[in-house]
Amino acid sequence: MYSELVMDHFSNPRNVGTIADADGVGTVGNPVCGDLMKIFIKVKDEHIEDIKFQTFGCGAAIATSSMVTEMVKGKTLEEAEAVSNKAVAEALGGLPPQKMHCSNLAADGVHEAIKDYRSKVAGKVE
Amino acid sequence: MEKRTVYMDHAATTPVHPKSLEAMLPYFSEKYGNPSSIYGVARESRKALDDAREAVAGILGAKTTEIIFTSGGSEGDNAALKGTAFASKSKGNHIITSSIEHHAVLHTCHFLEKFGFEVTYLPVDNYGIVDPDELARAITDKTILVSIMMANNEVGTVQPIAEIGKLLKGKNITFHTDAVQAAGALPLDVNDLGVNLLTLSAHKFYGPKGVGILYLKRATPFLAQQQGGGQERNRRAGTENVPGIVGMTTALKLAVENLESNNRHNTQLRERLVKGVLGSVSKVRYNGHQTKRLPNNVNLSFEYVEGESILLNLDMMGVAASSGSACTSASLEPSHVLMAMGIPVEIAHGSLRLTLGASNTEEDVDYVVSLLPGIVERLRAMSPLAAQAAQ
Ligand SMILES: Cc1ncc(COP(=O)(O)O)c(C=O)c1O
Ligand SMILES: [Zn+2]
Repeated sequence: MYSELVMDHFSNPRNVGTIADADGVGTVGNPVCGDLMKIFIKVKDEHIEDIKFQTFGCGAAIATSSMVTEMVKGKTLEEAEAVSNKAVAEALGGLPPQKMHCSNLAADGVHEAIKDYRSKVAGKVE
Repeated sequence: MEKRTVYMDHAATTPVHPKSLEAMLPYFSEKYGNPSSIYGVARESRKALDDAREAVAGILGAKTTEIIFTSGGSEGDNAALKGTAFASKSKGNHIITSSIEHHAVLHTCHFLEKFGFEVTYLPVDNYGIVDPDELARAITDKTILVSIMMANNEVGTVQPIAEIGKLLKGKNITFHTDAVQAAGALPLDVNDLGVNLLTLSAHKFYGPKGVGILYLKRATPFLAQQQGGGQERNRRAGTENVPGIVGMTTALKLAVENLESNNRHNTQLRERLVKGVLGSVSKVRYNGHQTKRLPNNVNLSFEYVEGESILLNLDMMGVAASSGSACTSASLEPSHVLMAMGIPVEIAHGSLRLTLGASNTEEDVDYVVSLLPGIVERLRAMSPLAAQAAQ
């Protein structure tokens, strides 16, 4: 059902965990649909300096979370914003069709985290 | 620990018993005649079919004319419901079933709703049991059919079929039970159960796939769902699956003969498995009823983790099991059975079904028990729900 790469990310997920003093946090999905992802980012000079995730979900949900963290780590915010859910699935060598929806939201999670960071920056008095 | 291969998904399907396979083999290339023909090789098939029908009828306490051979559980359920509903339309249009039936029954009910039938889906209690009093209250003068499964495929809960049979007696309402999961674990005498129709599927009792039995009591309204040749007394057209029927009958005989010893074996392993998991993992629920359940069924929910992730981890360690999580179904919804039992949705996602069988040993059980704590712990360590709960 899953490609070898998906299984690799599922069994050895990269960047699992939290960042206590994260600059942005994004949460997507919900436990009712069976997949919930939380992405934490640390931003420096408009770059994603560090990124961690926590995921409740199936193999696809965990693998896409892990993959997206690898794809955007060290990238500029703009570059990270251009990474789509579809691109994550492609980077994993594809996902089964029924997994393309709720289980494939990790890129949205990153976008949410960036949005959270931007809103915090905007709120700050210079 | 050494990796093992452990099959604990016997509710999904079972391996064919060697004696069942042996019984089938001559009917592929040696005794291949069409039972409807008149020459020698066909007479052999006819004889095998007649003998099988007699044996099955004997086991069910039925007449040979009341046995219809089918292609399995889904066909049996479809034929039972549609056959009865369409034949009884002049009398009424109301059907009563439960909310925990297999999709072969539930989706057939949805289909019938499109043709003007009205269906009551009875709720179940927290253990997954239908209340016969509630069923009695749901009956109207339009009720033509009641379909309640004998044992549930996900949580193994056993329903009070004989009691429902009694309360329907003399009411002129057709009573069907899907006994697909019950075969080999519970007695199947149709008179004791008080049913008009009963569905069985061979691959759940160590017989081959794609063959089954529909018991149809004499004088029950029934409209054949498959037209063609006159096979099965015009109730199910199509050249009979002779090898499958022979294999199924051998498997059914063995299942019934060894029912008690198989139940003892499975119950003992089940108790060991449940005790082992509940004793080594926190925040886990044992779904279903403690005693009114199939001897081979274990259904557990692990909080904060999702079922498919557990299955994938078990699979990597050689263990085959199943889950009621949405992520393992095409429907993107968690198990309708667990939901009907009032289990919170996020907990239903974390369900694991382990169904035991003949080949399983204490070593298999201990192996699974040794794996689960680590798997669950690892998944919880990356779960935002576990982190939330810990705060
Ligand atoms: C309770 C129940 N009914 C019906 C079926 C369908 O049987 P089959 O696979 O033979 O079509 C199954 C099998 O999954 C079942 O468990
Ligand atoms: Zn999923």
